[in-house]
Amino acid sequence: MAVTDFRRQFAPRPPRQRSIPRGVYAIAVALLVWFVAWRMFNGVWTLPLQSAEVTPLHLWLNEVNAWVRDNRDSNVLFVLVFDSIRIGVGAVAALFAQLFVQTDVGLQLPEIGWLGVVALVTWVAAAVGNYRVAILTAVGFTAFGVLGVFTEAMWTFALTLTAVLFSVAIGLPLGIWAGVNKRVNGILTPILDFMQTLPSFVYLAPLALLFLIGPASAVIATIIYAVPPIIRLTAHGIRSVPATIAEAADSLGVSKRQRLMTVLLPLARNSMVVGLNQTVMAALAMVTIAALIAGPGLGQLVVQALQSLNVGRAFVAGFAIVVMAIVLDRVTTAASRRAELSARHSTPLRRRRRIIALGAGLLVVAAAVYLSRSVLAAARFPAEAAVGEALGARINDVSAGFQNTFSVFTASLKDGFTIRVINPFQGLLTATPFLVVMLVILVIAVTVGGIRAAVISTICLLLIIAVGLWEDAMITLASTLIATVITMALALAVGVIMGRSDRVDRWLRPGLDAAQTMPAFVYLVPFLGLFGPSRFTAIVAAIIYAAPVAIKIIAEGIAHVSAEAVEAAQSTGASPWQTISKVQIPLAASSITLAANQGLIYVLSMVVVGGLVGGGALGYAVVAGFSQNALFGKGLAAGVAIVLLGIMLDRITQAAVARRRRIVPVTRRVRDVTAPLPVTH
Amino acid sequence: MSATTLTPTASATSDTAVDFAVRNLWKVFGADAQRIASDPSFTGHSAAEILEETGCVTAVRDISFDVAHGEVFVVMGLSGSGKSTLVRCLTRLIEPTSGQVMLEGQDIMKLGAKELREVRRRRVSMVFQHFGLLPFRNVLDNIAFGLEIRGIGTAARYERAREVIDLVGLHGYEERFPDQLSGGMQQRVGLARALASDPDVLLFDEPFSALDPLIRRDMQAEVIRLHRDMGKTMVFITHDLSEALKLGDRILIMRNGELVQIGTGDELVGAPADDYVADFVSDVDRTQVLTLRWVVAPVPEGLPTDGPGLPATTVIVDAIPTVLGSTVPVRVFDGDTLIGVVDRDAILREIMGVKPAAVRHGGASRAGARAGRVG
Amino acid sequence: MARTPLRRRYIAGVASVAAILLLATGCSSSLNTAAPAASGSAAKPCGTVNVAMNDWTGYTADAAVFSYVAEKKLGCTVKQSSINEQVAWQGFANGTVDVIIENWGHDDLAKTYIADQKVAVDAGPTGNVGQIGWYLPPWLAAAHPELLDWNNLNKYASQFATSESGAQGQLLDGDPSFVTNDAALVANLKLNFKVIYSGSETALIQAFRTAEKNKTWLIGYFYEPQWFISEVALKKVKLPAYTAGCDTDAAKVACDYPDYTLNKVMSAKLDKSGSPAAALVKKFNWTNDDQNLVAKYIATDKMSPEAAAQKWVDANATKVDAWLK
Ligand SMILES: Nc1ncnc2c1ncn2[C@@H]1O[C@H](COP(=O)(O)OP(=O)(O)O)[C@@H](O)[C@H]1O
Ligand SMILES: [Mg+2]
Repeated sequence: MAVTDFRRQFAPRPPRQRSIPRGVYAIAVALLVWFVAWRMFNGVWTLPLQSAEVTPLHLWLNEVNAWVRDNRDSNVLFVLVFDSIRIGVGAVAALFAQLFVQTDVGLQLPEIGWLGVVALVTWVAAAVGNYRVAILTAVGFTAFGVLGVFTEAMWTFALTLTAVLFSVAIGLPLGIWAGVNKRVNGILTPILDFMQTLPSFVYLAPLALLFLIGPASAVIATIIYAVPPIIRLTAHGIRSVPATIAEAADSLGVSKRQRLMTVLLPLARNSMVVGLNQTVMAALAMVTIAALIAGPGLGQLVVQALQSLNVGRAFVAGFAIVVMAIVLDRVTTAASRRAELSARHSTPLRRRRRIIALGAGLLVVAAAVYLSRSVLAAARFPAEAAVGEALGARINDVSAGFQNTFSVFTASLKDGFTIRVINPFQGLLTATPFLVVMLVILVIAVTVGGIRAAVISTICLLLIIAVGLWEDAMITLASTLIATVITMALALAVGVIMGRSDRVDRWLRPGLDAAQTMPAFVYLVPFLGLFGPSRFTAIVAAIIYAAPVAIKIIAEGIAHVSAEAVEAAQSTGASPWQTISKVQIPLAASSITLAANQGLIYVLSMVVVGGLVGGGALGYAVVAGFSQNALFGKGLAAGVAIVLLGIMLDRITQAAVARRRRIVPVTRRVRDVTAPLPVTH
Repeated sequence: MSATTLTPTASATSDTAVDFAVRNLWKVFGADAQRIASDPSFTGHSAAEILEETGCVTAVRDISFDVAHGEVFVVMGLSGSGKSTLVRCLTRLIEPTSGQVMLEGQDIMKLGAKELREVRRRRVSMVFQHFGLLPFRNVLDNIAFGLEIRGIGTAARYERAREVIDLVGLHGYEERFPDQLSGGMQQRVGLARALASDPDVLLFDEPFSALDPLIRRDMQAEVIRLHRDMGKTMVFITHDLSEALKLGDRILIMRNGELVQIGTGDELVGAPADDYVADFVSDVDRTQVLTLRWVVAPVPEGLPTDGPGLPATTVIVDAIPTVLGSTVPVRVFDGDTLIGVVDRDAILREIMGVKPAAVRHGGASRAGARAGRVG
Repeated sequence: MARTPLRRRYIAGVASVAAILLLATGCSSSLNTAAPAASGSAAKPCGTVNVAMNDWTGYTADAAVFSYVAEKKLGCTVKQSSINEQVAWQGFANGTVDVIIENWGHDDLAKTYIADQKVAVDAGPTGNVGQIGWYLPPWLAAAHPELLDWNNLNKYASQFATSESGAQGQLLDGDPSFVTNDAALVANLKLNFKVIYSGSETALIQAFRTAEKNKTWLIGYFYEPQWFISEVALKKVKLPAYTAGCDTDAAKVACDYPDYTLNKVMSAKLDKSGSPAAALVKKFNWTNDDQNLVAKYIATDKMSPEAAAQKWVDANATKVDAWLK
């Protein structure tokens, strides 16, 4: 009895044995049909559209664009709604900008000077967190000056702060509402899912249309991007308050308000802080990207560096962003921990001592502010102390040397891969009649994800045809799939090693975290130097961007395979390779599928960025539509097509995750782990 | 012997005031709840059948009982039999589907949200299996929580909380947090929190099920002591028969949401309503539970009137020395009335667990009291 | 117990921070209130000028010199922000942009913002004449002069093929935001070419530089004035001649690009403000050579735009003085 149980648990599981051969069979037939159709009907019914060509739908969207531009001053909706939102948000942003960045008058120094800024943020870090994060903050903010990007960094900081403020003001009540009300939660969840699969570049153009360009619209774009985590995690925190505790409170006769204030909110606090942390990180990532709609800050430096292929400058700006991300992350984390600890360990004596220390700190802040307002060196970071430019130049030299040395190798690598892999696969997708491609996708959707996924896929594909971008969508799909496959191969290799060894994990994790914090652009610059503008470059950038997430998820999955199962395998004499392939990977199957899901979404969110470096197709259409009025409509349609591809791939893989999960349960829910760190689209 | 201190008041309803009067209480989970509770066509169907047909879970099914003032009323049944649902219906933590719940003559079902809160704040408190403590509050603040939400000032509620802390033996633990306490200590906090508002009735939902056996025994003793000292009415849920017998003045046995039998401990053991109850009580040491009432034989002719006598409420085990020490059958009195005798054979039969035909017959004769068997 | 004092503490904390900041900012006069250091004397204070920064180096050169003069000679505060050339026009509507210092055509935008909305005004030509077209690296033009006529391109299409363009020849384009008719041109001239976008001016330049160095085949979109032409003398390919109106329908274009008279555009707000900066925008005027020189300082000599501007301004005092009169 025990023996059979054991076998049932650890041998290849029956459900897989049953379903896979049938699925493999179906997919094999579909692929065969595909191949034959490709050979026979090459180039027929492929729904092509040249890059300058547009459809009536695109033209109509152009007209909408023109209409808005012409009527935004007279239209009530714009004057009352969009403009007042923009002005309100802009006013708050301007306030922070004045404090931290520059005033509009005179020398245009920050109101409290750079020294005052550093002193103030350090004090805040000490007050909400602890002395360690305070030191980190002081060092980090001074580093902005040393890197020569103080003003830009402060713009980024001010806009992030504004966006976070609004995100919290909007997200907290919504999250609470969703937490206590099932119906609201049911309505919000799919909207948030959708918002999080939406690549951020896609909504910049429509946003600029509604809110114009500049800091205010940068903040609005950032709010849209950053608000989901706090809503989601607030609601999640409230909903996961143990029923036993809520019930006990009810039995004591709490009113609804008391229940919320004394039980639900305190218990949801940790989850809310995690949400706040994710919101802050997402805001930082998006503020950077909002450089494209004239959002000031470090993002501008990165965009400029991208345009002049200046690796050194991109690095300096990117490094500053990573520093800010680390500071914000550590301070919010420390703040949550401190609130918890102080409730427990504070004695009146300790409390008094702390208050005195903070009061003294406040005097130091005041002194620093005073100094900043009277001494120029304390007001404007002394340029002599900045080393950013020199650092950038050094990096440029190194990178130029590297490029010269390897240019032959990189060129042949790129050409070889493009000719052997990208072109054939893309050809298969674009040169086969669209009906055949649809059919193949549907067979795969049914097999991997089930009927529901297939229905959604059909709808998505039909809509892609309707927006007139089938061929572009297929090119993008080809690159996306190639990038995802490589990402997964990489993630499996690294993730398994990481999951099996704590030491490797400790070594790699900070690097992965930092890689996830970097704005997506920053990667592009060196690869652009190495490979030139091409689909290959876009694919490499996407892999680099998506791999950290996938690696982390797989490592987690492998690490959480029950130790007993591994011991059992080892006790039967399994070699390390057998343990990996026969126990750990099968048992981590749902994590691996989840990694594939996230990998796909991340890769897809790089499509637009890829468009900036020769990725072509949908990404190019979005970028071009963003910058050329004649292509506005097409760009918008391309954005929609990317979203549709995203929904399709997401649904198929999600359904696959759900199926796997039924076989091997994992504790974490898919949506709750989307971004352990910020998602930089 | 603790059982003797809690010797049951035998009758279902006594002269004393009734705290809870429950009539025809139903709780059905699911969309069709109302219909199932009111439609007589479901009468013959088991809970499992109803679930199959309608997808609804019948957790409490047409249950009626009274809880007397000062009584410890135990509800017992296997897991999933609807005990927790039943006790939550008493203060509408779970909204009953239909039926009546009267608290000291007041119809709970008719109360508005605010009045209901008042009932929960002042008159009925509850102790939970998993304690339900607020992890971010220390012991003192947890205990004072109920008073805090009543709007009582800090000083006053801490004073009261400290009184209760002494009462449940938590002295010195005021500043601890729940996760720094053992399960038993945590449940003392739960108990103290319930007592803090000085309610008329305490509800316990399997309060000791999650505790180690030794600690459970301590806590049971604690409850018995508190009941003796304060005389509060208690409704106590358990799935543990020995706990039920130890604490309960009367015991209600539930199965699949239905009432199977109500009675004192010795009634259940002595006259189980059906095989379900009989099975339940089969492992009980009968000598510890049954009183002489259940083993008396008719007075034989010519019994000397100067022999030893015992009250009918004496538990068998307590009667052993007297009966074995006597050469003649011992006379058993209900008050002043002689109701029969007990001899050595009868006692030995009980000790050895041999059930005389008369007792089994007694059980069968009570079959009228059985709830209609389902199935 | 933990709640109330905690809240009170936060309130007290926030209040004291606010109080101290107010004290510190209110009691001391800020450096900001001091007059900015300006060597030039201006009758009217200049204020802030928002300059849109487009992506090509020629533009950077114009903007750098303009900003340098405005800041150093007029005491203006110049805020530069990187925005795509067409997106920048939107900035006139909400005050994000005051000046576009080098504009290439864009009749549609001019109609919307200058004629209809009246939020911008044409500030006159920059003195530069722009020429967009298809260019070859010099070695290729020398080796195959026939390629300088578009009619011969198809014959050599396969030579231009790359891994990106597959079997077709590659026509390398620039930033997606640049004005281009190339995709339509390729289609309408029935060329066996595929347009590949390099993504930026820098990428284009690198491609041409590499092609010249390694003697590889390349044809691409380029334009003048451009400093790079003085480093590598790219040769322009002859396309069917431009005639007025031949490019009206973007999808049907089959002719060369027109000559662009590059001009400056500024916000109506700045125009009306009477700021000396407005006058500077109008008077700013220089030659293609001037621009190429400054652009070369920036791109090849890796000088910062500001330093490049300073070098040029110091060397061309008379020209600059004429702008300031
Ligand atoms: N909220 C609910 N929804 C549906 N069914 C429930 C709910 N709560 C309890 N039940 C069901 O009601 C029955 C009785 O549950 P419960 O009262 O908790 O039993 P007990 O406390 O005796 O173990 C069980 O079958 C349980 O699954
Ligand atoms: Mg229960």
